[in-house]
Amino acid sequence: MPIKPFYNDILMDHHHHPAHKHELPDANLTLRGVNPSCGDQITLHLLVNDAGIIQDGSFTGDGCAISQASADIMLDLIIGKDQTNALHLCSLFMKMIRETVSDSELEELEEAGALQDISHMPARVKCAVLGWHTMEEAFRSQPTIH
Amino acid sequence: MLESPDNFRKDFPFFAQNPDLVYLDNSATSQAPSCVIDRLNRYEQLQKASPFRGLYPLSVQATDDYEHARNLVRDFIHAGSGEEIIFTRNATESLNLVAYCAGNALIHAGDEILVGITEHHSNMIPWQQMARRTGARVRYLTCSREGAFNPDDLEQSLTDRTRLVAITQMSNVFGQINDLRTLTQIAHRRNALVVADGCQSVPHIPVNVRELDVDFLAFSGHKMLGPTGIGVLYGKKDLLNRLPPFLTGGEMIEEVTTEGATWAPLPQKFEAGTVNTGGALALGEAIAYYNRVGFDAMMARESALTRRLMTGMADIPHVQIIGSPKPELHHGLVTFTIDGVHPHDVSAIMADHGIAIRAGHHCAQPLHAYLGLNATCRASLMFYNTEADVDAFLNILSEIRGAMGYAD
Ligand SMILES: Cc1ncc(COP(=O)(O)O)c(C=O)c1O
Repeated sequence: MPIKPFYNDILMDHHHHPAHKHELPDANLTLRGVNPSCGDQITLHLLVNDAGIIQDGSFTGDGCAISQASADIMLDLIIGKDQTNALHLCSLFMKMIRETVSDSELEELEEAGALQDISHMPARVKCAVLGWHTMEEAFRSQPTIH
Repeated sequence: MLESPDNFRKDFPFFAQNPDLVYLDNSATSQAPSCVIDRLNRYEQLQKASPFRGLYPLSVQATDDYEHARNLVRDFIHAGSGEEIIFTRNATESLNLVAYCAGNALIHAGDEILVGITEHHSNMIPWQQMARRTGARVRYLTCSREGAFNPDDLEQSLTDRTRLVAITQMSNVFGQINDLRTLTQIAHRRNALVVADGCQSVPHIPVNVRELDVDFLAFSGHKMLGPTGIGVLYGKKDLLNRLPPFLTGGEMIEEVTTEGATWAPLPQKFEAGTVNTGGALALGEAIAYYNRVGFDAMMARESALTRRLMTGMADIPHVQIIGSPKPELHHGLVTFTIDGVHPHDVSAIMADHGIAIRAGHHCAQPLHAYLGLNATCRASLMFYNTEADVDAFLNILSEIRGAMGYAD
């Protein structure tokens, strides 16, 4: 008897058809993130303009469905936003994983809300936050973009 | 006649406690029979006294029991003397001990250390660190895609500067047994020592260190029915005598002044501080269990189960086995991938159905890089697993691509 689909449609869709999984030759902010427990690794590529707006972004690398789908959803959300806004969404995402997010905050996260259940799977939390964490680190390590 | 697995399983309280769990992560750690846990409890609850120093009967008994455990280990791997058996925390500590102490004593600037590409990080990083301290150089011995080492490759890789070869007897990714006897002969002919990692081999096949002639062998109690926190380093006596101590402090000294100290003879020289008596006694009990059941019965079970497992896996489309396609070369350990599904997702789906397997690089990241793989899954059996365990695993394995949204 076939077993049921393991992840919800949104995750499955981003996993199988990631819109942002590709190289980004004109990126000016690139950072690699790893999750040593399972070997997930992604490299985040961002093109940020002088006003701090993320004009384009992508990711490359290899990882489980959750880490890949989460990074793809994140890029959907942050492309076109400025750095401050992106970091704000990141903090909401972390709140969602810690189960302290409000309904209105959850709405702001749009499709990233599909990862809410991960908070019940401690072993997968690191996968879900890998892309977000990498973005945070990228902005921290390089606050001024040129 | 194969012994029924029920006869083994009743010895392991773990299975009664977790009746619905299919435990296929035995290479990471094995379960312990009740006699092992009872021995640990008996010491900690009823017989606890520090060995070696006390003159009262309980301390004398602790000393006798501890040394008896050492002798059981000695006989289990056919070492020549108890002086050659050092109790440690685990194989990682054993390997660090050798790597730390051999630096400067046996290995110098400009020397080479040859490390198998198959090695677990525990038999790789200590050598990298030692090379940094001493100015020696680490080089790597590569294997075939199926995990086999070619003796000619070793011959070619040894140079006049190679002082030491660090290699596993059984890879925790391939499950294949390396012909350590042949490899050691080649290394010795060129005056290189051999440090063998016995973590995966000692629990699954009879090991005879004198026949293999390796200079050092490290293994962990927790992978061979013992408790956590106890491991072993075997070393040839003359080499252990040439090494300086590793940790210093109580129990490992002969005489101490405010100026310095002289070292206790082997094996105490390498067992600083109050030893893990309970762990050693329990490991001794695990070995007694091995001796009672016998490797013949255990290996017959493991090979029957491995054949069933790999035959089943070969019939499932999109499953790729890492290493040899031959079950008889795997010793219960099968590493694999599924096309299009990340190993972490495979093991999460398995876990969702009560099946415990491992996913990741299994502490062998350089080997994965060498094989061009990022991560893999690993199912590993022990004699106490059942046909039902294997079938449950195969059943879920065949459904995983479907659960991940693939049509075939
Ligand atoms: C081949 C091999 N070497 C070394 C180790 C390290 O063992 P431990 O973690 O018990 O020190 C392991 C187990 O993880 C192993 O499989």
